[in-house]
Amino acid sequence: MTALAGPVLESSLDEAPPVRRRGRRKRGRWVLPLWSWLVIAWLCAPIIVMIIFGFNNTGGKFNIRWQGFTLRWYRQLFTIPDLTNALQNSLTIALIVTVIATAMGTLLGMALGRYTFRGVGSVNLLLFANIAAPEVVLGAALLSLFLTAGVPRGYWTIVIAQVMFSIAYVAVTVRARMGGLDPALEEAARDLGAGSLVTFFKITLPLIMPGVLAGALLTFALSIDDYIITSFNAGSTVTFPLWVYGASRTGVPPQVNVMGTLIFTFGVLLAITGAVVNRRKRA
Amino acid sequence: MSRRRLGAKLAPYLLILPGWLWLAIFFVIPTLVMLSVSTQTGDIVSGFQQTFHWRTYVEGWNQFHVQFLRSFLYGLIATVLCLTIAYPVAYWIAFRGGTHKSSLLFLLLLPFFVSFVIRTQSWGFILSDNGMVLSPLKHWHLVAQDFHILATSTAVVGGLVYNFLPFMVLPIYVALERVDPALLEASADLYASSRLAFTKVVLPLSMPGVFAGVLLTFVPAASDYVNASILGGAKTTMIGNIIQTEYFTNLDYPMASALSFILMAVLLVGVFAYARVLGAEDALQMAGA
Repeated sequence: MTALAGPVLESSLDEAPPVRRRGRRKRGRWVLPLWSWLVIAWLCAPIIVMIIFGFNNTGGKFNIRWQGFTLRWYRQLFTIPDLTNALQNSLTIALIVTVIATAMGTLLGMALGRYTFRGVGSVNLLLFANIAAPEVVLGAALLSLFLTAGVPRGYWTIVIAQVMFSIAYVAVTVRARMGGLDPALEEAARDLGAGSLVTFFKITLPLIMPGVLAGALLTFALSIDDYIITSFNAGSTVTFPLWVYGASRTGVPPQVNVMGTLIFTFGVLLAITGAVVNRRKRA
Repeated sequence: MSRRRLGAKLAPYLLILPGWLWLAIFFVIPTLVMLSVSTQTGDIVSGFQQTFHWRTYVEGWNQFHVQFLRSFLYGLIATVLCLTIAYPVAYWIAFRGGTHKSSLLFLLLLPFFVSFVIRTQSWGFILSDNGMVLSPLKHWHLVAQDFHILATSTAVVGGLVYNFLPFMVLPIYVALERVDPALLEASADLYASSRLAFTKVVLPLSMPGVFAGVLLTFVPAASDYVNASILGGAKTTMIGNIIQTEYFTNLDYPMASALSFILMAVLLVGVFAYARVLGAEDALQMAGA
């Protein structure tokens, strides 16, 4: 989904923003900032509503009207077994998918960023088609394969599907990082007698690490959030987004708001920590 | 020496092998299988046989062209709205963001930390008939009592714009951020007004970002069905909803496959034609490929 988030994530992991001289002040300069802040407020509105209604002292299953503040839903976070199970599935699947897709995507990205070889164009085309194809089609096509081959859908078909749409994103992110790599460094290592494995682990991997990490984070985020492709290949296995989607017909319990809030808080803290650590390293 | 040269020749192929195989087996082959399923006939009980029944495509288009056209129309409107909303924001951050560029971008990316489904549902909750927006308006008689936003095309397009806006902002920002400020100084030195500098220098240089943004917004928006099913109603059904229903409710796999194939063919052909005509290389690169 987020092709562009890769490079952005990477740059926030990687470097402090350049400082640029401010333009001359003119009348009417408030229009752009006002517009931008309105857009940011609009983007944040549903998140704020989600967080607030996680504290709603609602009586029944429905969480529609504000009825006073409570921390009850944080204490009763895991009282809906199906929801808890769905969250567990989402987290474990995201971990497995991240490991597999990052490994394969990194290798692909390295090959594309380093070598010119016969068929490089078709590999690029394959990655582009994979990123550009509509999600519903990716999900439907894979489902056609599983139906035709008689493969029962479930936990592992979700893993297969999610790795399938994540590899290209990792590859693209790592390839971009390889582009900025000086091949002389690896040559130097080899001249000094390092074997190709040692060169890879001591020189290449540390240098492309920000790209690999950004790809891994992106994969984790894509995996835990995916609805469309997963729903096509899930069978009776339920992940967090699938459960929430199912509940939207009947009413979403406040526990969903709490889980959403916790995932949001965790993600934001992780991103901020990453940025701060990187800035300090540079300074 | 020759062994090393052979190794160097094989190295890229060994590196791409695992990922390439995965994509071949779970992306390329499934697409071909889907093509094959789309021309089969039969039903779920007695099984499907390959009969090269290409008429399914004609039937599919005849039966569902309204949803196809609606999906492309919604996608188009959402893309245009995203562009209009996103460009000024990207411009402001790129040229006036100063030391806060990263933080501002981060704020724009905040929605990505909340699940897509929850975000959409949260809008459904905010805009519901007796929700926090409409209830006060109805109470003060500012809108009719039976006024509703949900189940209208406004709600669906609004949801699409909301969910895909960051995909438009980011590539435009990346393109604008690359514009050398010296170019602006040069145009000012040559007595170009700021409007002229914008239309002759900044806008053309940002076009690759705009192209990429349009690509990244239009494809997912036109093929989405989550917004249509959470925020929409019977009159806002998109082609994604139909494909999903054909697979899981009607169990008509050939029809579902044919519809998916039409959708993919139209979008991919459109994307490649678009990329070729409008600054091919840059647009593709910015789109992340």
